[in-house]
Amino acid sequence: MPEWLAKWRRIWALTRKETRQIVRDPSSIAIGGVVPVMMILLFGYGMSLDVTQVSVAVIDQDRSADSAALIGAFRLSPYFKLQSARSMAQATNLVLDRKVDGILQIPSDFSRRWHDGAAVIQIMVDGTDANEARIMQGYAEGPVALWSAAQPGAVSGGPVIVTSRMWFNEANDSHYFIVPGLIVLVMTIIGAFLTAMVVAREWERGTLEALFVTPMRAGELLVSKIIPYFVLGMFGFVLCLLAGQFLFHVPLRGSLWLLCLASMIYLVVALGVGLLVSTWVKSQFLASQLAMTLTLMPAMMLSGFIYDLRSMPTIIRGITYAMPARYAVALLQTLYLAGNVGSVIWLNLGVLTAMAAMLMLATRLATRKQLS
Amino acid sequence: MRSSLLRILALIQKEFLAVLKDPRSRFIIFLPPIIQCLIFGYAASFDLNSVAYAVFDQDHSAASTALLARLDGSGIFQREATLSRAEDIAVWIDSGRALMVIQIDQDFERHLLAGDATPLEVIADGRNSNTAGTALGYFSHVVADFNSDWQSTHGQAGQSVQILTRSWYNPNLDSSWSMVPSLIGTLTMMGTMMLTALSVAREREQGTFDQLLVTPFRPFEIMIGKAIPNLVIGLAQATTILLIAQFWFRIPFIGSFVVLYAGLTLFLMAAVGLGLFVSSIVKTMQQAMLFAFLLILPFAMLSGLTTPFSSMPSILQSAMVINPLRYSLDLTKRVYLEGAGFTNLIADFLPLLVIGVVTLSGAAWLFRRRLT
Repeated sequence: MPEWLAKWRRIWALTRKETRQIVRDPSSIAIGGVVPVMMILLFGYGMSLDVTQVSVAVIDQDRSADSAALIGAFRLSPYFKLQSARSMAQATNLVLDRKVDGILQIPSDFSRRWHDGAAVIQIMVDGTDANEARIMQGYAEGPVALWSAAQPGAVSGGPVIVTSRMWFNEANDSHYFIVPGLIVLVMTIIGAFLTAMVVAREWERGTLEALFVTPMRAGELLVSKIIPYFVLGMFGFVLCLLAGQFLFHVPLRGSLWLLCLASMIYLVVALGVGLLVSTWVKSQFLASQLAMTLTLMPAMMLSGFIYDLRSMPTIIRGITYAMPARYAVALLQTLYLAGNVGSVIWLNLGVLTAMAAMLMLATRLATRKQLS
Repeated sequence: MRSSLLRILALIQKEFLAVLKDPRSRFIIFLPPIIQCLIFGYAASFDLNSVAYAVFDQDHSAASTALLARLDGSGIFQREATLSRAEDIAVWIDSGRALMVIQIDQDFERHLLAGDATPLEVIADGRNSNTAGTALGYFSHVVADFNSDWQSTHGQAGQSVQILTRSWYNPNLDSSWSMVPSLIGTLTMMGTMMLTALSVAREREQGTFDQLLVTPFRPFEIMIGKAIPNLVIGLAQATTILLIAQFWFRIPFIGSFVVLYAGLTLFLMAAVGLGLFVSSIVKTMQQAMLFAFLLILPFAMLSGLTTPFSSMPSILQSAMVINPLRYSLDLTKRVYLEGAGFTNLIADFLPLLVIGVVTLSGAAWLFRRRLT
């Protein structure tokens, strides 16, 4: 038997063993099948940054026709649920007991100052959720503008009127940026988290050392470990792709082939991290915790998926350059929504390819060292 | 009674040794939460510190220059380019070099001077529609300021209502003020649940659990012996993050430590209970980690950590009554920032207590059942 044939037979045999191990362990099936579906549902339906309705305590100290009309405008807004309060103390208690999210106070001189030209109203928001509070501030401008436009002598809006267009996502549908990020997350979990654990288990139990006495080379060993998890990862990718198309109707404006290529390369990177971490620490607990800290959390928090990179301080933004997920998210978001933009694609694809090659090489070296 | 106590104490000591003896495992229990707390405290923000924009000014008038000067002086908008051709707009947006492009028509000033409604077109990169929306919001504020200045200097002023917003408990609406206290619960839940789920599974996989069973230990003693060390480690992690919040991020702690630690203890009891519950139904460490992970992920995603709890679909909101993290986030933030006391927090304490009691007794029952 020629050497190359023997080599592929060995790889094939171990790949089959590895595949059977996945198929027969319910927990691996869970992570391959359940995780992508769960993530699609969680992110697709559970994640929304809009505050649907805020409840507000109203203190009307003016008790004029003007203040009543303004409160009426707030009542009409679908974003506010109003509750009257007699005093500031009562309203404060409502906030502390979480009965309301904020307070609207109309001072006693509201009507008088409005007729003098400039009135003031006060809104107190509970800042414990800074994001929610900021969204609420924005909502408050609606009813106020509506009311003042209806008053005689009011200047509506102002001379410059901004008309904005959101390219790539005209309807402002948050699924558009969630689906590309979702693919990256699913790949990270399957590629890094699962692989790290499985390979660490073999080290922990000594079955990997047992393989060293066979004619199997270190490189062959790695290839046969990678293949089944690569297939599992691509299965997750296809699930996300289908959900994006048929559940969330996210347009795919770039090339499908480039999208597949980009996802495959990122999957190899994730597998590389998983293999390297497990070869390095050789303990299931440590490997899974490290994989989670090094890949999953950054893929969620430091990739530009949920929190935009532009909003981070310079040092943190510097750290994100070391995170493969950052490049994958930029790549997939552009391919999905903007199309084949050469400058974005080649740069990010190049960095990911280099990372994949480096990680594979490092894993290969780390495994060989164990043989000696 | 006394011998039972002695046995539990011995087991607690053994558990602490098992976890803390290995320097790598000490390192993995404390270092990742510290690093994650530091990074996410800064990274997890929906505010934009800088918005890169390009301008296509066809007017070149005093008015358009004044508007742009106001924009450049805002400290947030950074002008990356001044375009001279309409075709360049797509180039700057596609490549991601500009988040928005402002297009000023050539009769901008003429319209303004005539007192007409003057359109101003803005194109935003909607690949992350949330970021684009935030940037457009900032832009409208700058334009609103420009409008009111223009009206007062050109005698077009009318009546206006000014909305004064005050934010309670977080005066500058600083994202890290709501994020870092939330991380106390999030990061300790990840560590504690994983560690607890693994502690029994590890003994089972290594065969030492059977040895433990032939000792005079009763099942509930084993359970208490497993629960207490993990609870203490969780409290130590929580204290570490609390110290970072106060001394690194300098977020003022308003509440009482007694209330906070009472809440954290209940929360960690629930987390340990869930971990023990997982470990009583699995056979291997790998399964324990995967099942723990399958619980942690939706719990973290649907707790209100990244997106407002109230904007989740109501079916998910009601499914999350079993999520201890959801109560813990509310509790820690409110004790930390608002100084809420026991009476304000009944709605958080009670569910945590119920979850803790149910999971711990459920796990005890499962333990006993598996022993017979």
